[in-house]
Amino acid sequence: MREFGYQRAYDVSGAVALLDGDGEARFLGGGTNLVDLMKTGVERPALLVDVRELPLNRIEPTADGGLRIGATVTNSDLAAHPEVRLRYPALAQAVLAGASGQLRNMATVGGNLLQRTRCGYFADVSSACNKRNPGSGCPAVTGEHHNHAVLGASDHCVATHPSDMGVALAAFDAVVSYETADGPGELPLADFYLPVGETPHLETALPPGALITGVTLPPTPVAANSRYRKVRERASYAFAIGSIAAALDVEDGVVRDVRLAFGAVASRPWRARTAERALLGTRADAENFAAAADAELADAKPLPHNGYKVTLMRNLVVACLSELAEEAAR
Amino acid sequence: MTTATKGSVGTSHTRVEGRDKVTGAARYAAEIPFAELAHGWLVLSTVARGRIRALDTEAVLRMPGVLTVLHHHNAPRVDNDYVGLLGVPPDPSVALFQHDRVIHMGWPVALVVAETSEQAREAAEALVVTYDQEPHDVAFSAERQTEAYPVDGHAPGVVEKGDLEAQLASSAVVVDAEYTTPEEHHNPMEPHAATALWEGGRLEVVDSNQGTSWVAGELANLFSLDPASVRVRSEHVGGGFGSKGVRAHQVAAVMAATVLQRPVRVVMTRRQMFSLAGYRSPTAQRVRLGADADGRLRALEHQSLNMTSSVHEFVEPSAAASRAMYDADAHHTASRIVRLDVPTPTWMRAPGEAPGSFALEAALDELAERCGIDPIELRVLNEPAVGPVSGLPFSSRNLIACFREGARRFGWADRDPRPGVRRDGRWLLGTGTAAASFPAGAMPSTPAVTAEADGTFTVGVNAADIGTGARTALALVAADALGVPTDRVRVRIADSDLGPAMIAGGSMGTRSWAWAVTTAAEELRQSLAPGADIPPEGITVRSNTAEAIGALAQKERHSFGAQFAEVAVDPATGEVRVRRMLGIFAAGRIVNPLTARNQLVGGMIWGISMALHEEAVRDRSTGGLYGADLAGYHVAAHADIPHIEADWVDDPDPDDPVGIKGIGEIGIVGAAAAVANAVWHATGVRHRHLPIRPDRVLMAGGDA
Repeated sequence: MREFGYQRAYDVSGAVALLDGDGEARFLGGGTNLVDLMKTGVERPALLVDVRELPLNRIEPTADGGLRIGATVTNSDLAAHPEVRLRYPALAQAVLAGASGQLRNMATVGGNLLQRTRCGYFADVSSACNKRNPGSGCPAVTGEHHNHAVLGASDHCVATHPSDMGVALAAFDAVVSYETADGPGELPLADFYLPVGETPHLETALPPGALITGVTLPPTPVAANSRYRKVRERASYAFAIGSIAAALDVEDGVVRDVRLAFGAVASRPWRARTAERALLGTRADAENFAAAADAELADAKPLPHNGYKVTLMRNLVVACLSELAEEAAR
Repeated sequence: MTTATKGSVGTSHTRVEGRDKVTGAARYAAEIPFAELAHGWLVLSTVARGRIRALDTEAVLRMPGVLTVLHHHNAPRVDNDYVGLLGVPPDPSVALFQHDRVIHMGWPVALVVAETSEQAREAAEALVVTYDQEPHDVAFSAERQTEAYPVDGHAPGVVEKGDLEAQLASSAVVVDAEYTTPEEHHNPMEPHAATALWEGGRLEVVDSNQGTSWVAGELANLFSLDPASVRVRSEHVGGGFGSKGVRAHQVAAVMAATVLQRPVRVVMTRRQMFSLAGYRSPTAQRVRLGADADGRLRALEHQSLNMTSSVHEFVEPSAAASRAMYDADAHHTASRIVRLDVPTPTWMRAPGEAPGSFALEAALDELAERCGIDPIELRVLNEPAVGPVSGLPFSSRNLIACFREGARRFGWADRDPRPGVRRDGRWLLGTGTAAASFPAGAMPSTPAVTAEADGTFTVGVNAADIGTGARTALALVAADALGVPTDRVRVRIADSDLGPAMIAGGSMGTRSWAWAVTTAAEELRQSLAPGADIPPEGITVRSNTAEAIGALAQKERHSFGAQFAEVAVDPATGEVRVRRMLGIFAAGRIVNPLTARNQLVGGMIWGISMALHEEAVRDRSTGGLYGADLAGYHVAAHADIPHIEADWVDDPDPDDPVGIKGIGEIGIVGAAAAVANAVWHATGVRHRHLPIRPDRVLMAGGDA
């Protein structure tokens, strides 16, 4: 392991100044992903700037009725927060579907958004990987990819984003706040992750040296009737092979509002806007749910061994929306 | 549940070292401090086949703390032309740094030794090694049968009785199915770790292994040392499962300690263990069963193929598992290997039986379906009176008793045999059963039992407690043989200076050690005159069971069991959850019910893991493993494990000198088949390829 420096920051501007745009420095949140990557040699930072003591650990209502979640709020605290559980239940469920109790006690909201793919080729420094070593190739396309992307990927990278939390945030139009030496900025989550294209190593639209300070959820009434379902290869402590955040508002059997986002199918949490548009104003029934899922998945480009994800996501859309519709009808 | 007898054996006893383990007082191999300790870090190849062209050691030797870099140009020479304790030559892979050939991806090419572990690791990662790469071949599949050949491992490769094709032709019902199991890794909790040092002219190794006599013997042979000048200790072991014999870490540590003349420790990382610790080969198996319409077997054929390295023949004898199970007029079994550019596989919990029972017991379930009879009754119908191939009598065989008791407790009588007709919300429900068996063998051991002057007794036996509770079991056995309470007996194990003994392996440890300890303790007890003074040095009696084991009558000696599982399958997502599991075993005398249940339940949990989760994926283009860590290689998590019960029936053998059969492995045998058979009962779809992953279930369909 490379020797590295460690400094703790106590305020946001101090943290940004300590990092100073240094490409070999990293912010350290819970360390639940970064430290693992340092052990395997994927990350070799010269300096860690510990941001866990920053005063960003609050969850507060916004003036317009949304929620602002500080970047250092732990996953455990986020999932346990009464307002999150009441108004955005899919978010609380998504967080609880991830990792383990110990990891959720450490992991932070800001770090969760910036965690790296769990693609096995990315994690193995003896392997080629365009994300880790641009231009070296993507062995997953012709190799092991049964849990790789079917949407929005390219020949250069078919890795998926591992976050559960991010899927719920994408469904609810979260906005990411950040700070740079030049001052604060904002990015809607929809624009936060860059398209894969030919540059899979460029993952986010954050300016260099930027520190995530929080995430804002706009008021989203439909989110109160929402859920998160995660399918994985064991009952806990595994990344998804397909997951869904779904919210539904039905009036007189007709879809009045709907939110859908998919996990484990793309390089980012995948907001299913095509499906949402197809559903608005239609009857809330399984046939329409399936048709909407098909519309969203029409662009899917499965590889030889991950075509099941198209079936899985279609089934998840139908199952989750049907359950939400039943609950709304009660 | 009639194991209780007077005395200690048969009563539940917590581990004698349990308090030390849970308080952290028990030290494991990598935790024991040594003055002047240096740390070695293994450098593994990044190609799967070829030659080492160059190692740029100069730059690395200048790095902070680096003491030396060992590789094929400068490492001490070793001799691997010998036959070790287990009667087999070593895997040449343990002869580290002897040549420039790369045998598989992750082959050890150098050891970097430094003052600290961190310095060694940083230098090892900085070492530039260049290769003349050659094309490799790691593509294992059933199609490789054409290049395969049978090998005798710990069981004969090929055994044939009767005219198979004739019996198949005259069968009313034939099941002909192919089954596969993937590459599986032991992944004991504690990684392999060894410290080597020279002290007073002796080589001392503090290690984590399954038998110090075994490892000491291998090291003495490899380094051409007098066996008496090698001492290996292994006080506490955090799991072995077959992976902890002689491995690269001990050999590298001995080399470095010899070169540097100071203590050197080498620890494997989890990722390195996937290349260096051995594994269970994938298997491709074909089972053909021919039966009369009522289910009586006329023909039983079981063929198995596994891969091995290019330098050593290791056979996973999956077909051998069928030889003692069921009667058939024609009975053909063959285990074959194909050589590829992969690490040599090794024994892993129930080698042969674990994958073999999946194929055979799943095929039996298919036959029961085709004949329209109950799976348990099918097994009753084909129960042999003597060894189906050997013709030898069974020492004891209580398989049917296991099924009867299991069926009663599981509620099997109420089972509707039709598949795909039970629902609980989004879940389809099903139940399945399978048989289990494992050989009950013994190997010589040479313990010493001492009556101390203070009225206590010391048992010195070179057993290994790899988490099984062996130390505790031997205390109970010795206490009964001596006729004293267990708190007057102390047990010393895991030190090669205690004298040769069987390893913890093959489910033979407790049977072998207990036999020898009982012999010595009974002799000591008889020699002690009541009330006589014990001299300060105590009175010691030694035993050696070699002769007694050699005199044992030829019989089919096995433990048996019946596994039952209930599963739920969501046909919309492919998720499979085991809801409950029951295993009933006939495994001779149960020494310590508490740790016995641990062992059996642990095996059954592994069986669930084998059925649903475990799978190492070998990338054909690099020749290495994909996701070689515990995030990528899934074992069952707590949430996957439902209510599991393990219990046993009486299994006496009055002619056996110990009556103990061993329970380390039988818990996993048949467990995966029971789960797979239950998945069929839930969905109506046969899954013949493990693990039964959600994607496979989803795409195979079912009664959605």
